[in-house]
Amino acid sequence: MIARLRGQFAQLGHGFIDGLWRMGSMTRFFVLVLSSSGTSFQRMRLIRREIYFTGVLSFVIIAVSGLFVGMVLGLQGYETLQRYGATESIGMLVALSLVRELGPVVSALLFASRAGSAITAEIGLMKATEQLTAMDMMAVSPMARVVAPRFWAGVISMPLLAAIFSAMGVFGGYLVGVVLIGVDAGAFWSQMQAAVDVRYDVLNGVIKSIVFGIAVCVIATFEGFDAPPTAEGVSGATTRTVVSSALTILALDLVLTAFMLRADD
Amino acid sequence: MERTTIDIWVGAFVAVGFAALLILALKVGNIGGEGQRDAYKVEARFDNIGGLKVRAPVKAAGVVVGRVQEMHFDSDRYQASVTLALDKRFPFPKDTTASILTSGLLGEVYIGLDAGGDDKKLENGDRIAITQSAVVLERLIGQFLFSKAQEEPAKEPAKEPAKAPAKK
Repeated sequence: MIARLRGQFAQLGHGFIDGLWRMGSMTRFFVLVLSSSGTSFQRMRLIRREIYFTGVLSFVIIAVSGLFVGMVLGLQGYETLQRYGATESIGMLVALSLVRELGPVVSALLFASRAGSAITAEIGLMKATEQLTAMDMMAVSPMARVVAPRFWAGVISMPLLAAIFSAMGVFGGYLVGVVLIGVDAGAFWSQMQAAVDVRYDVLNGVIKSIVFGIAVCVIATFEGFDAPPTAEGVSGATTRTVVSSALTILALDLVLTAFMLRADD
Repeated sequence: MERTTIDIWVGAFVAVGFAALLILALKVGNIGGEGQRDAYKVEARFDNIGGLKVRAPVKAAGVVVGRVQEMHFDSDRYQASVTLALDKRFPFPKDTTASILTSGLLGEVYIGLDAGGDDKKLENGDRIAITQSAVVLERLIGQFLFSKAQEEPAKEPAKEPAKAPAKK
Protein backbone atom coordinates (compact mmCIF):
# COMPACT_ATOMS: atom_id res chain seq x y z
CA MET A 1 0.00 0.00 0.00
CA ILE A 2 2.61 2.51 1.11
CA ALA A 3 4.94 1.35 -1.61
CA ARG A 4 2.25 1.95 -4.21
CA LEU A 5 1.56 5.41 -2.81
CA ARG A 6 5.25 6.15 -2.86
CA GLY A 7 5.41 5.05 -6.46
CA GLN A 8 2.57 7.34 -7.41
CA PHE A 9 4.15 10.30 -5.65
CA ALA A 10 7.42 9.53 -7.36
CA GLN A 11 5.62 9.50 -10.71
CA LEU A 12 4.01 12.84 -9.95
CA GLY A 13 7.32 14.32 -8.92
CA HIS A 14 9.02 12.93 -11.98
CA GLY A 15 6.37 14.41 -14.24
CA PHE A 16 6.61 17.78 -12.53
CA ILE A 17 10.39 17.92 -12.69
CA ASP A 18 10.31 16.80 -16.29
CA GLY A 19 7.81 19.49 -17.21
CA LEU A 20 9.82 22.12 -15.40
CA TRP A 21 12.96 20.96 -17.12
CA ARG A 22 11.31 21.17 -20.52
CA MET A 23 10.00 24.64 -19.79
CA GLY A 24 13.46 25.75 -18.75
CA SER A 25 15.11 24.34 -21.82
CA MET A 26 12.40 25.86 -24.00
CA THR A 27 13.08 29.26 -22.48
CA ARG A 28 16.80 28.83 -23.07
CA PHE A 29 16.01 27.74 -26.61
CA PHE A 30 13.89 30.87 -27.11
CA VAL A 31 16.73 33.10 -25.91
CA LEU A 32 19.12 31.24 -28.18
CA VAL A 33 16.82 31.78 -31.16
CA LEU A 34 16.58 35.49 -30.39
CA SER A 35 20.32 35.86 -29.96
CA SER A 36 21.08 34.07 -33.22
CA SER A 37 18.43 35.83 -35.29
CA GLY A 38 20.71 38.76 -36.12
CA THR A 39 22.50 36.77 -38.80
CA SER A 40 19.25 35.52 -40.29
CA PHE A 41 17.97 39.08 -40.63
CA GLN A 42 21.05 39.85 -42.66
CA ARG A 43 20.01 37.06 -45.00
CA MET A 44 16.40 38.04 -45.61
CA ARG A 45 16.20 35.54 -48.46
CA LEU A 46 15.98 32.72 -45.92
CA ILE A 47 13.15 34.40 -44.06
CA ARG A 48 11.35 35.18 -47.31
CA ARG A 49 11.59 31.55 -48.34
CA GLU A 50 10.10 30.46 -45.02
CA ILE A 51 7.34 33.07 -45.22
CA TYR A 52 6.45 31.44 -48.51
CA PHE A 53 6.12 28.04 -46.82
CA THR A 54 4.39 29.11 -43.63
CA GLY A 55 2.45 32.17 -44.75
CA VAL A 56 1.65 31.95 -48.42
CA LEU A 57 0.80 28.26 -48.36
CA SER A 58 -1.46 28.79 -45.32
CA PHE A 59 -3.29 31.57 -47.10
CA VAL A 60 -5.97 29.45 -48.72
CA ILE A 61 -6.95 27.51 -45.59
CA ILE A 62 -7.02 30.71 -43.53
CA ALA A 63 -9.03 32.70 -46.06
CA VAL A 64 -11.57 29.94 -46.67
CA SER A 65 -12.02 29.17 -42.97
CA GLY A 66 -12.39 32.87 -42.22
CA LEU A 67 -15.10 33.16 -44.83
CA PHE A 68 -16.98 30.17 -43.43
CA VAL A 69 -16.62 31.26 -39.81
CA GLY A 70 -17.93 34.70 -40.72
CA MET A 71 -20.89 33.19 -42.55
CA VAL A 72 -21.75 30.92 -39.63
CA LEU A 73 -21.48 33.85 -37.24
CA GLY A 74 -23.82 35.78 -39.47
CA LEU A 75 -26.40 32.99 -39.52
CA GLN A 76 -26.21 32.21 -35.82
CA GLY A 77 -26.11 35.86 -34.84
CA TYR A 78 -29.14 36.61 -36.97
CA GLU A 79 -31.04 33.74 -35.39
CA THR A 80 -30.52 35.16 -31.88
CA LEU A 81 -30.66 38.88 -32.64
CA GLN A 82 -33.93 38.40 -34.49
CA ARG A 83 -35.64 37.66 -31.17
CA TYR A 84 -34.74 41.08 -29.86
CA GLY A 85 -35.43 42.87 -33.09
CA ALA A 86 -31.82 43.95 -33.33
CA THR A 87 -30.82 42.31 -36.59
CA GLU A 88 -28.95 45.45 -37.69
CA SER A 89 -26.41 44.76 -34.94
CA ILE A 90 -25.28 41.68 -36.83
CA GLY A 91 -22.39 43.59 -38.38
CA MET A 92 -21.23 44.65 -34.96
CA LEU A 93 -21.51 41.11 -33.60
CA VAL A 94 -19.60 39.54 -36.47
CA ALA A 95 -16.88 42.18 -36.56
CA LEU A 96 -16.29 42.37 -32.81
CA SER A 97 -16.16 38.63 -32.26
CA LEU A 98 -13.85 38.17 -35.23
CA VAL A 99 -11.48 41.04 -34.56
CA ARG A 100 -11.23 40.47 -30.84
CA GLU A 101 -11.31 36.70 -30.46
CA LEU A 102 -11.98 34.41 -33.36
CA GLY A 103 -9.60 35.99 -35.85
CA PRO A 104 -6.44 35.67 -33.74
CA VAL A 105 -7.41 32.42 -31.99
CA VAL A 106 -8.80 30.33 -34.85
CA SER A 107 -6.15 31.45 -37.30
CA ALA A 108 -3.48 30.64 -34.70
CA LEU A 109 -4.97 27.17 -34.22
CA LEU A 110 -5.05 26.61 -37.96
CA PHE A 111 -1.56 28.02 -38.28
CA ALA A 112 -0.29 25.66 -35.57
CA SER A 113 -1.73 22.63 -37.28
CA ARG A 114 -0.87 23.69 -40.83
CA ALA A 115 2.53 25.37 -40.47
CA GLY A 116 3.66 24.51 -36.93
CA SER A 117 3.45 20.77 -37.48
CA ALA A 118 5.32 21.15 -40.78
CA ILE A 119 8.10 23.11 -39.07
CA THR A 120 8.43 20.46 -36.36
CA ALA A 121 8.47 17.59 -38.84
CA GLU A 122 11.02 19.34 -41.04
CA ILE A 123 13.44 20.21 -38.25
CA GLY A 124 12.91 16.81 -36.60
CA LEU A 125 13.72 15.00 -39.83
CA MET A 126 16.75 17.22 -40.36
CA LYS A 127 17.90 16.14 -36.94
CA ALA A 128 17.08 12.47 -37.54
CA THR A 129 19.05 12.46 -40.80
CA GLU A 130 21.90 14.29 -39.02
CA GLN A 131 21.74 17.34 -41.27
CA LEU A 132 21.87 19.61 -38.26
CA THR A 133 24.97 17.88 -36.96
CA ALA A 134 26.55 18.17 -40.40
CA MET A 135 25.86 21.90 -40.39
CA ASP A 136 27.43 22.20 -36.99
CA MET A 137 30.49 20.39 -38.30
CA MET A 138 30.76 22.90 -41.13
CA ALA A 139 30.63 25.72 -38.57
CA VAL A 140 27.18 26.75 -39.81
CA SER A 141 24.97 27.40 -36.82
CA PRO A 142 21.75 25.42 -37.28
CA MET A 143 20.10 27.94 -34.97
CA ALA A 144 20.81 30.83 -37.30
CA ARG A 145 20.46 28.88 -40.54
CA VAL A 146 17.43 26.66 -39.81
CA VAL A 147 15.57 27.66 -36.67
CA ALA A 148 15.66 31.47 -36.57
CA PRO A 149 14.35 32.04 -40.15
CA ARG A 150 11.44 29.69 -39.51
CA PHE A 151 10.69 31.37 -36.22
CA TRP A 152 10.68 34.88 -37.64
CA ALA A 153 8.77 33.86 -40.73
CA GLY A 154 6.02 32.50 -38.49
CA VAL A 155 6.01 35.57 -36.26
CA ILE A 156 5.72 37.82 -39.33
CA SER A 157 3.08 35.71 -41.06
CA MET A 158 0.80 35.18 -38.08
CA PRO A 159 -0.65 38.72 -37.68
CA LEU A 160 -1.10 39.00 -41.43
CA LEU A 161 -2.95 35.69 -41.54
CA ALA A 162 -5.13 36.73 -38.59
CA ALA A 163 -5.98 39.99 -40.34
CA ILE A 164 -6.85 38.11 -43.52
CA PHE A 165 -9.00 35.74 -41.48
CA SER A 166 -10.90 38.60 -39.83
CA ALA A 167 -11.37 40.51 -43.06
CA MET A 168 -12.64 37.43 -44.86
CA GLY A 169 -14.90 36.69 -41.90
CA VAL A 170 -16.41 40.17 -42.02
CA PHE A 171 -16.95 39.68 -45.73
CA GLY A 172 -18.63 36.32 -45.00
CA GLY A 173 -20.86 37.97 -42.42
CA TYR A 174 -21.71 40.62 -44.99
CA LEU A 175 -22.57 37.95 -47.55
CA VAL A 176 -24.93 36.15 -45.19
CA GLY A 177 -26.34 39.18 -43.38
CA VAL A 178 -26.82 41.64 -46.19
CA VAL A 179 -26.86 39.65 -49.42
CA LEU A 180 -28.61 36.51 -48.23
CA ILE A 181 -30.87 37.62 -45.38
CA GLY A 182 -31.33 41.21 -46.42
CA VAL A 183 -30.24 43.30 -43.45
CA ASP A 184 -29.79 46.91 -44.49
CA ALA A 185 -26.23 47.40 -45.72
CA GLY A 186 -25.93 50.92 -44.30
CA ALA A 187 -26.95 49.82 -40.81
CA PHE A 188 -24.67 46.78 -41.08
CA TRP A 189 -21.57 48.89 -41.71
CA SER A 190 -22.44 51.86 -39.53
CA GLN A 191 -23.20 49.76 -36.44
CA MET A 192 -19.96 47.90 -37.03
CA GLN A 193 -17.97 51.09 -37.41
CA ALA A 194 -19.55 52.63 -34.34
CA ALA A 195 -18.68 49.61 -32.20
CA VAL A 196 -15.22 48.59 -33.41
CA ASP A 197 -12.45 50.78 -32.09
CA VAL A 198 -9.18 50.69 -33.95
CA ARG A 199 -6.97 50.95 -30.92
CA TYR A 200 -8.89 48.80 -28.47
CA ASP A 201 -10.20 46.13 -30.80
CA VAL A 202 -8.14 45.94 -33.98
CA LEU A 203 -4.77 46.69 -32.43
CA ASN A 204 -5.39 44.36 -29.50
CA GLY A 205 -6.26 41.62 -31.97
CA VAL A 206 -2.98 42.23 -33.79
CA ILE A 207 -1.07 42.10 -30.50
CA LYS A 208 -2.79 38.83 -29.65
CA SER A 209 -1.89 37.29 -32.99
CA ILE A 210 1.75 38.37 -32.64
CA VAL A 211 1.92 36.74 -29.20
CA PHE A 212 0.28 33.57 -30.56
CA GLY A 213 2.72 33.56 -33.48
CA ILE A 214 5.68 33.74 -31.10
CA ALA A 215 4.24 30.96 -28.91
CA VAL A 216 3.43 28.62 -31.80
CA CYS A 217 6.79 29.14 -33.48
CA VAL A 218 8.78 28.61 -30.27
CA ILE A 219 6.88 25.41 -29.56
CA ALA A 220 7.15 24.14 -33.14
CA THR A 221 10.86 24.80 -33.53
CA PHE A 222 11.67 23.55 -30.03
CA GLU A 223 9.75 20.31 -30.47
CA GLY A 224 11.49 19.72 -33.80
CA PHE A 225 14.89 20.47 -32.36
CA ASP A 226 14.21 18.37 -29.28
CA ALA A 227 12.66 15.39 -31.09
CA PRO A 228 14.28 11.97 -30.63
CA PRO A 229 16.04 11.25 -33.94
CA THR A 230 13.76 8.40 -34.93
CA ALA A 231 10.66 8.14 -37.09
CA GLU A 232 8.60 7.55 -33.97
CA GLY A 233 10.19 10.48 -32.19
CA VAL A 234 9.45 12.89 -35.05
CA SER A 235 5.83 11.80 -35.25
CA GLY A 236 5.45 12.19 -31.48
CA ALA A 237 7.03 15.65 -31.63
CA THR A 238 4.63 16.71 -34.38
CA THR A 239 1.67 15.60 -32.32
CA ARG A 240 3.01 17.40 -29.26
CA THR A 241 3.44 20.59 -31.28
CA VAL A 242 -0.20 20.67 -32.29
CA VAL A 243 -1.53 19.71 -28.85
CA SER A 244 0.61 22.02 -26.76
CA SER A 245 0.28 24.88 -29.27
CA ALA A 246 -3.50 24.65 -29.08
CA LEU A 247 -3.49 24.58 -25.28
CA THR A 248 -0.97 27.42 -25.09
CA ILE A 249 -2.96 29.55 -27.53
CA LEU A 250 -6.18 29.13 -25.57
CA ALA A 251 -4.53 29.74 -22.20
CA LEU A 252 -2.66 32.79 -23.47
CA ASP A 253 -5.88 34.07 -24.99
CA LEU A 254 -7.56 34.03 -21.60
CA VAL A 255 -4.67 35.89 -19.99
CA LEU A 256 -4.40 38.46 -22.77
CA THR A 257 -8.15 39.05 -22.87
CA ALA A 258 -8.23 39.59 -19.12
CA PHE A 259 -5.46 42.18 -19.39
CA MET A 260 -6.96 43.91 -22.40
CA LEU A 261 -10.46 44.17 -21.00
CA ARG A 262 -9.14 45.62 -17.79
CA ALA A 263 -7.10 48.15 -19.71
CA ASP A 264 -10.18 49.00 -21.72
CA ASP A 265 -12.37 50.30 -18.94
CA MET B 1 13.75 31.65 -61.48
CA GLU B 2 12.36 29.83 -58.49
CA ARG B 3 13.67 32.50 -56.17
CA THR B 4 11.83 35.27 -57.94
CA THR B 5 8.53 33.37 -57.97
CA ILE B 6 8.83 32.82 -54.22
CA ASP B 7 9.60 36.52 -53.80
CA ILE B 8 6.55 37.46 -55.86
CA TRP B 9 4.28 35.19 -53.84
CA VAL B 10 5.65 36.48 -50.54
CA GLY B 11 5.24 40.04 -51.74
CA ALA B 12 1.65 39.35 -52.76
CA PHE B 13 0.97 37.66 -49.42
CA VAL B 14 2.38 40.55 -47.40
CA ALA B 15 0.44 43.03 -49.54
CA VAL B 16 -2.80 41.11 -49.03
CA GLY B 17 -2.12 40.87 -45.29
CA PHE B 18 -1.58 44.59 -44.94
CA ALA B 19 -4.59 45.26 -47.14
CA ALA B 20 -6.66 43.14 -44.74
CA LEU B 21 -5.31 45.13 -41.79
CA LEU B 22 -6.15 48.34 -43.63
CA ILE B 23 -9.67 47.10 -44.33
CA LEU B 24 -10.10 46.24 -40.66
CA ALA B 25 -8.89 49.68 -39.66
CA LEU B 26 -10.77 51.73 -42.26
CA LYS B 27 -13.89 49.84 -43.23
CA VAL B 28 -14.57 47.95 -40.02
CA GLY B 29 -13.03 50.25 -37.44
CA ASN B 30 -13.64 53.61 -39.13
CA ILE B 31 -10.33 55.10 -38.08
CA GLY B 32 -9.83 58.81 -37.50
CA GLY B 33 -13.37 59.86 -38.38
CA GLU B 34 -14.05 62.01 -35.39
CA GLY B 35 -12.04 63.17 -32.45
CA GLN B 36 -8.29 63.04 -32.69
CA ARG B 37 -7.36 65.33 -35.55
CA ASP B 38 -9.64 68.33 -35.95
CA ALA B 39 -11.45 68.51 -32.68
CA TYR B 40 -12.14 71.20 -30.14
CA LYS B 41 -12.63 70.33 -26.53
CA VAL B 42 -15.59 71.48 -24.50
CA GLU B 43 -16.29 70.80 -20.87
CA ALA B 44 -19.68 70.04 -19.38
CA ARG B 45 -20.62 69.44 -15.76
CA PHE B 46 -23.35 67.03 -14.85
CA ASP B 47 -24.96 66.16 -11.53
CA ASN B 48 -25.13 62.55 -12.62
CA ILE B 49 -23.69 60.95 -15.72
CA GLY B 50 -25.41 57.59 -15.28
CA GLY B 51 -23.80 54.91 -17.45
CA LEU B 52 -21.79 57.26 -19.65
CA LYS B 53 -18.48 55.85 -20.86
CA VAL B 54 -15.35 57.32 -22.34
CA ARG B 55 -15.59 57.26 -26.17
CA ALA B 56 -19.38 57.41 -26.02
CA PRO B 57 -20.77 59.37 -28.97
CA VAL B 58 -21.88 62.99 -28.78
CA LYS B 59 -24.86 63.50 -31.05
CA ALA B 60 -26.66 66.52 -32.35
CA ALA B 61 -29.97 65.86 -34.04
CA GLY B 62 -29.05 62.19 -34.00
CA VAL B 63 -25.80 62.66 -35.95
CA VAL B 64 -22.49 61.85 -34.28
CA VAL B 65 -20.49 65.07 -33.99
CA GLY B 66 -17.90 64.05 -31.42
CA ARG B 67 -16.87 61.71 -28.65
CA VAL B 68 -16.61 61.80 -24.89
CA GLN B 69 -12.91 62.16 -24.31
CA GLU B 70 -12.43 62.19 -20.58
CA MET B 71 -14.49 62.34 -17.44
CA HIS B 72 -13.70 62.74 -13.78
CA PHE B 73 -15.30 63.69 -10.50
CA ASP B 74 -14.91 67.33 -9.55
CA SER B 75 -14.53 67.22 -5.78
CA ASP B 76 -14.98 70.98 -5.37
CA ARG B 77 -18.43 71.01 -6.84
CA TYR B 78 -19.35 67.37 -6.28
CA GLN B 79 -20.23 67.06 -9.90
CA ALA B 80 -18.99 65.02 -12.81
CA SER B 81 -16.84 66.92 -15.24
CA VAL B 82 -16.97 65.53 -18.78
CA THR B 83 -14.69 66.64 -21.60
CA LEU B 84 -16.19 66.36 -25.06
CA ALA B 85 -14.10 66.34 -28.23
CA LEU B 86 -16.27 67.85 -30.94
CA ASP B 87 -15.51 67.87 -34.64
CA LYS B 88 -14.21 71.24 -35.89
CA ARG B 89 -16.60 71.06 -38.83
CA PHE B 90 -19.56 71.49 -36.49
CA PRO B 91 -19.48 74.72 -34.49
CA PHE B 92 -22.15 75.13 -31.82
CA PRO B 93 -23.54 78.30 -30.22
CA LYS B 94 -22.44 79.21 -26.73
CA ASP B 95 -25.79 78.46 -25.10
CA THR B 96 -25.97 74.87 -26.34
CA THR B 97 -27.60 72.38 -23.98
CA ALA B 98 -25.95 69.04 -23.27
CA SER B 99 -28.07 66.20 -21.94
CA ILE B 100 -27.29 62.58 -21.22
CA LEU B 101 -29.62 60.31 -23.13
CA THR B 102 -30.06 56.64 -23.82
CA SER B 103 -30.81 55.26 -27.26
CA GLY B 104 -33.72 52.94 -26.82
CA LEU B 105 -34.53 51.23 -23.57
CA LEU B 106 -31.33 49.21 -23.27
CA GLY B 107 -29.18 51.02 -25.80
CA GLU B 108 -25.93 52.89 -25.41
CA VAL B 109 -25.70 56.07 -23.37
CA TYR B 110 -24.74 59.17 -25.34
CA ILE B 111 -24.66 62.94 -24.96
CA GLY B 112 -27.20 64.88 -26.96
CA LEU B 113 -26.50 68.50 -27.89
CA ASP B 114 -29.34 70.95 -28.53
CA ALA B 115 -28.15 74.11 -30.18
CA GLY B 116 -29.19 77.44 -28.70
CA GLY B 117 -29.59 80.81 -30.37
CA ASP B 118 -26.41 82.62 -29.35
CA ASP B 119 -24.32 84.26 -32.08
CA LYS B 120 -21.07 83.37 -30.38
CA LYS B 121 -19.73 79.90 -30.96
CA LEU B 122 -18.20 77.46 -28.49
CA GLU B 123 -14.41 77.62 -28.53
CA ASN B 124 -11.77 75.14 -27.46
CA GLY B 125 -11.78 74.98 -23.65
CA ASP B 126 -15.24 76.49 -23.19
CA ARG B 127 -17.82 75.08 -20.88
CA ILE B 128 -21.38 74.15 -21.69
CA ALA B 129 -23.41 75.88 -18.99
CA ILE B 130 -26.79 74.23 -19.38
CA THR B 131 -26.75 70.52 -18.79
CA GLN B 132 -29.28 67.85 -18.06
CA SER B 133 -28.30 64.81 -16.04
CA ALA B 134 -28.92 61.21 -16.79
CA VAL B 135 -32.22 59.73 -15.76
CA VAL B 136 -31.67 57.13 -13.08
CA LEU B 137 -34.40 54.54 -13.15
CA GLU B 138 -34.34 53.87 -9.41
CA ARG B 139 -34.78 57.56 -8.65
CA LEU B 140 -37.57 57.84 -11.14
CA ILE B 141 -39.36 54.92 -9.50
CA GLY B 142 -38.60 56.39 -6.08
CA GLN B 143 -40.12 59.73 -7.05
CA PHE B 144 -43.13 57.99 -8.47
CA LEU B 145 -43.68 55.96 -5.30
CA PHE B 146 -43.11 59.03 -3.16
CA SER B 147 -45.69 61.07 -5.01
CA LYS B 148 -48.11 58.14 -4.86
CA ALA B 149 -47.56 57.85 -1.12
CA GLN B 150 -48.28 61.54 -0.74
CA GLU B 151 -51.50 61.16 -2.61
CA GLU B 152 -52.60 58.18 -0.56
CA PRO B 153 -53.27 59.81 2.87
CA ALA B 154 -55.85 62.07 1.31
CA LYS B 155 -57.78 59.12 -0.02
CA GLU B 156 -57.13 56.67 2.74
CA PRO B 157 -59.32 58.11 5.50
CA ALA B 158 -62.19 57.93 3.10
CA LYS B 159 -61.38 54.40 2.05
CA GLU B 160 -60.62 52.88 5.42
CA PRO B 161 -63.93 53.43 7.14
CA ALA B 162 -65.70 52.20 4.07
CA LYS B 163 -63.74 48.97 4.12
CA ALA B 164 -63.76 48.44 7.86
CA PRO B 165 -67.50 48.07 8.26
CA ALA B 166 -67.63 45.71 5.32
CA LYS B 167 -65.22 43.34 7.07
CA LYS B 168 -67.19 43.35 10.26
